[in-house]
Amino acid sequence: MEKTNNNSKEENLNEQSSLSDDIKKTPKDVSRRNVLKAFAGIPVAGLFGFELLKKINYDKDKRQRILQELGLDKMEFSIPDYGRERKQDIIRVGIIGFGQRAEQLSAGLGFMHPEEVKKRENNNTLKSWLEQENLHVAITGICDVFDLHAERGLTIANNNILSGASPFPVKRYHTYQEMLADKDINAVIIATPDHHHARIAIDATKAGKHVYLEKSIAHTEEELNELYRAVKDSHITFQLGHQITQSTVFKQAKEIIDKNVLGKITLIETTTNRNTADGAWIRHLDSKGNLKPGDENNIDWKQWLGHTPHVPFSIDRFYNWTKWFAYDTGMIGQLFTHEFDAVNQLLRIGIPKSVSSSGGIYYWKDNREIPDSLHCIFEYPDRDLTLMYSGNLASSRNRGRVFMGHDASMELGQNIKITVDWNSTQYKKGIASGLIDTNSPILSFNPNAGEIDAVTSASEKYYADRGLTNTVISGQQIDVTHLHLREWLNCIRENKMPSANIEVAYEEGITCLMAHRSYLEKRQIFWDDENKRII
Amino acid sequence: MINENNYSKSQLTLLLVLRFVIGWHILYEGISKILNPQWTSANFLQESQGILSGLSGWIISNPNILVIVDFMNIWGLVTIGLGLIFGFLFKPAAIIGSFLVFIYYLSVPPMVGYEYTLPSDGSNLVVNRTLIEAVVLFGLALFPTSKIFGLDFFIYSRDKRKLQYGKNK
Repeated sequence: MEKTNNNSKEENLNEQSSLSDDIKKTPKDVSRRNVLKAFAGIPVAGLFGFELLKKINYDKDKRQRILQELGLDKMEFSIPDYGRERKQDIIRVGIIGFGQRAEQLSAGLGFMHPEEVKKRENNNTLKSWLEQENLHVAITGICDVFDLHAERGLTIANNNILSGASPFPVKRYHTYQEMLADKDINAVIIATPDHHHARIAIDATKAGKHVYLEKSIAHTEEELNELYRAVKDSHITFQLGHQITQSTVFKQAKEIIDKNVLGKITLIETTTNRNTADGAWIRHLDSKGNLKPGDENNIDWKQWLGHTPHVPFSIDRFYNWTKWFAYDTGMIGQLFTHEFDAVNQLLRIGIPKSVSSSGGIYYWKDNREIPDSLHCIFEYPDRDLTLMYSGNLASSRNRGRVFMGHDASMELGQNIKITVDWNSTQYKKGIASGLIDTNSPILSFNPNAGEIDAVTSASEKYYADRGLTNTVISGQQIDVTHLHLREWLNCIRENKMPSANIEVAYEEGITCLMAHRSYLEKRQIFWDDENKRII
Repeated sequence: MINENNYSKSQLTLLLVLRFVIGWHILYEGISKILNPQWTSANFLQESQGILSGLSGWIISNPNILVIVDFMNIWGLVTIGLGLIFGFLFKPAAIIGSFLVFIYYLSVPPMVGYEYTLPSDGSNLVVNRTLIEAVVLFGLALFPTSKIFGLDFFIYSRDKRKLQYGKNK
């Protein structure tokens, strides 16, 4: 009943205008008028189209004018050769230290534990991994002092979904010296706790193996000098494990700086902001709060300690070694290294003239030695530049990584955000004319879109900070660690110099040791460039 | 009860204007997403609170589903917008449109205690412009103007002719 009512209502509504207006018209007129009325939407659509074109042209024009003003209109996007399938000899890699990082590195090489494959299949992240370029490597050796980790490493090394079962047998070595003595291994990846890094890298270099060394490079100045000399005197390819430069966004940042978009840069601020137990290197418990496995029966504790002072076996030290100065330099070695690498790869600032650090243990008052709040100031008078690092493990407020220039500042994370300075000289005209808004980022580069987006939208501003550990090349999500390993392997094959080579690694090593010593000795530390030593 | 024969010219005009402005808005929402290659519904869904937050979370965690949702959103909006402006298949367009806009409302309802990081459009308490648009769109479906001022005229008049032909026979 109600339905009929409704229908008749509509009919009447539809009919009535013809009833009232067209009553005196001939049937032909009526039908012509009705047909014309039926096209009532056309002028509206026409107006819509007109306004839309106007808007598109306006945006395009504004974007072009801003890019021109910033001098970025002729920005070149290099065409990457990623994904090109080549026939190559297989490089046989040994991995020394098979913890969590080694698992990520293995995934970068194309090897994954069957459980992890299942997990990724379930959360839909397997596909991008399967699309990774085949690097033509075989993991043929695993060395770890912990039986469980070594066994997991063997399973992973035998599970290469990309090119099928390994054509070579995978061997476990109980000491790294045994692995280095094996002629069948071409290259080694070192992912042990930091206190072993330099020693193993020196021995590996002397044994003629190519080296991929996780940061940080060395624990003492003597070790660092020895490693530098060893690599310089050898023919091996050395790469430090800093994957950040492989990100597409990073290459754009380099171009932006090279084009002097920011003007003279006198201050760079880098930060760490974490606020979890895991982020403060408390990692001996699993997700359920149970103690992780490991005891003296399956861990070679003496070998784990290496040259550090003897202490009784401790699961705390085994998993949370970062907390003690004997094994690491804390935030400097674990986190600032990445920050320094990012800045040094962009500006090649090298070793600072002086460093002052200060901080303390203000929140995580457990048995740790490393500070949880640490601030370092690096002076580069020759470059008219100060580099700052401020790390905090008890607040996750995001402070970004900011390059401050006279004309604009650039925040570089997973995205680039450029904000023009109100008092800029270079953009004075643009600011005065209203083309450039100095209250919000004028330009952002989002690697996912593959092009520069001038005039960011409101939501883009909010989400520009969110990032991934992946980058995008030709629309494909790619793990940056994989790209960094790929660069190393390509350089081995072509006898070229990789991006995180021994020169930049040395600069980073010295800078970090200076910051560390400044914290320990509570004084400003200087670099004696003539004698190449820290004073 | 409304007297159906009593719609004045101005009442009709208002219904038509309402149809055009909402159609315009929905069409541009769709087209602006086509024009912005970075657009994804993920940012919006991430904000979701209330009864649809579970569904939103599920969509975000499934990249393939997200692609489908994005695609359907963009082209759904464009189709509905065109349907409203041209008065073509107006009733289904208005009802589906009303439903779609209502889902947007339910995903991020301005309820007391729900806080969002995205800036909101004006000041809202329970009712916001999205809800109003959904309600008005549903109302328009009940007062269609498309059979006179829309391409539905042709469907309607063809049906009528068929009906008369059937009767004559």
